[in-house]
Amino acid sequence: MPGFIAVLLREMLILRRRFLRQLAGMSVSPLLYIIAFGYAMGGEARFDGHSYLEFLIPGLIAMSSMTQSFAIATDINVARFYWHIFEEFQAAPIRDLAYVAGETLAGMIRALLSIGVVLLLSFLFGAPPHCGPLLWLAALLNAFVFASLAVAMAMLVKSHADQSLLTTFIITPMAFLGGTFFPLDRLPEWAQRALSFLPLTHASAAIRAAAFGETPAASHFIILALAGVLAFALALSVVKKARD
Amino acid sequence: MIRIENLTKKFGKTQALAGIDLHVGQGELFAYLGPNGAGKTTTIRILTGLTRIGSGLALLGGHDIAREATAAKRQCGLAPQQINLDNELTVAENLDIHGRLFSMSRAERRRRIDELLAYIELSDRPRSLVKHLSGGLKRRLLIARALMHEPKILFLDEPTVGLDPAIRRRIWALIKKVRRDGATIFLTTHYIEEAEFLADRVAFIDRGRIVAVDTPAVLMAAVGEWAVDRVDENGMTSAYFPDRDSAQSSVSAGGGGFTLRRVNLEDAFLARTGKKMVVDGQNGRGGH
Repeated sequence: MPGFIAVLLREMLILRRRFLRQLAGMSVSPLLYIIAFGYAMGGEARFDGHSYLEFLIPGLIAMSSMTQSFAIATDINVARFYWHIFEEFQAAPIRDLAYVAGETLAGMIRALLSIGVVLLLSFLFGAPPHCGPLLWLAALLNAFVFASLAVAMAMLVKSHADQSLLTTFIITPMAFLGGTFFPLDRLPEWAQRALSFLPLTHASAAIRAAAFGETPAASHFIILALAGVLAFALALSVVKKARD
Repeated sequence: MIRIENLTKKFGKTQALAGIDLHVGQGELFAYLGPNGAGKTTTIRILTGLTRIGSGLALLGGHDIAREATAAKRQCGLAPQQINLDNELTVAENLDIHGRLFSMSRAERRRRIDELLAYIELSDRPRSLVKHLSGGLKRRLLIARALMHEPKILFLDEPTVGLDPAIRRRIWALIKKVRRDGATIFLTTHYIEEAEFLADRVAFIDRGRIVAVDTPAVLMAAVGEWAVDRVDENGMTSAYFPDRDSAQSSVSAGGGGFTLRRVNLEDAFLARTGKKMVVDGQNGRGGH
């Protein structure tokens, strides 16, 4: 697909230049959550026979893969409104699919890096999860959902300020309520139902089950895959409309 | 090479283009001259696929930009008004990514990068990050990037805006070189001298309409050959004369402060539209 490699390569070259900064940035939040919640607050607490730290690590994998894949929205936004680099892609004889796929994969690669950071921290803090293929599948599907959503949102917003609002009102609440830090079965029935609409809830549940060496419910993967396809289709549609 | 018929575009209630008809021949350097907000950039954005067409027809090398966008875009290179190079990439990486977007092979990209860096006298800096280049070098690189895939048509949107006169001259020399090498060039500008110095033909655009298209010489001759500017309490007025003698006679008769000069494209624009090409509080003369 002409253009796909160009879009992806551009993002990878920039990632390489910012690598250490990016890596440091990806490490700060998980490290703080592990210290503050995993040790200081949840030290003796146990969930389904696991320490709170063991419970927390899969949630952090889900959260980091979400926030880091969604973070490409800010880069696309800056490239579009501030540097006008998006116009270079618009003027090229490439399909919108190449652009969306290139940016989405770039977001997923960032998410993979952030997962690597959380896994490294989990080893350092003595709570490594079971890293089977189902954990990676759930994490990748989660990254696919939020990277696609990031491309779509970056095209829909009209300014950097709007982009920041999206993160504040969508990503941050989801990060805390999507089964990352506490088991959702402690919430009232209606809240559990409402939160089951969040893709992150399914990502956390699937990653946690896989991390504990169990087989996650297939419904989590199906819902994540459907959400990913919908977000990707939305991204394609809004990229087409961005020509004005 | 470029054929535009009854091209229109509306943004909300604003009629940006109100039925443009133009034809630009192969190898021609065509200047599109008008004040800010006249519709220059909208035209170029439509022709390069950045903005959707309202109605009408735009053919590039025989390909309809609305229906055969990919084929039409292959014909074109664009150096936009705002420098949109990747600051975090090197000079060579910027060219390489562009080449990949146009499906150039690795060997083609390497050859072309070497050629273009020599062309814009940047052969010694392929690995410099773009953010470390001066404004003039960035502008040259922007034009080189537009030429990377050897387009038949080069669109230059205000290629020297914001540059000092010496650097502007260097960009003009580069544009002339590109033209000598056979490309068709469509240039938008609000700098009168730029159009006078570079263009084979000029179109005046005002409020989304073409008001005149011809060679600079013909457009200016329609006004006269010499101009006398007078400044009084009502502002500056200009009078036009077919020869220097009659202009000087007018000066002798009128007395007071005056400037005697040759007619330029701004006079031709003024005569056609009744207004000067005021640009951000300055007139459109770019200076030398």
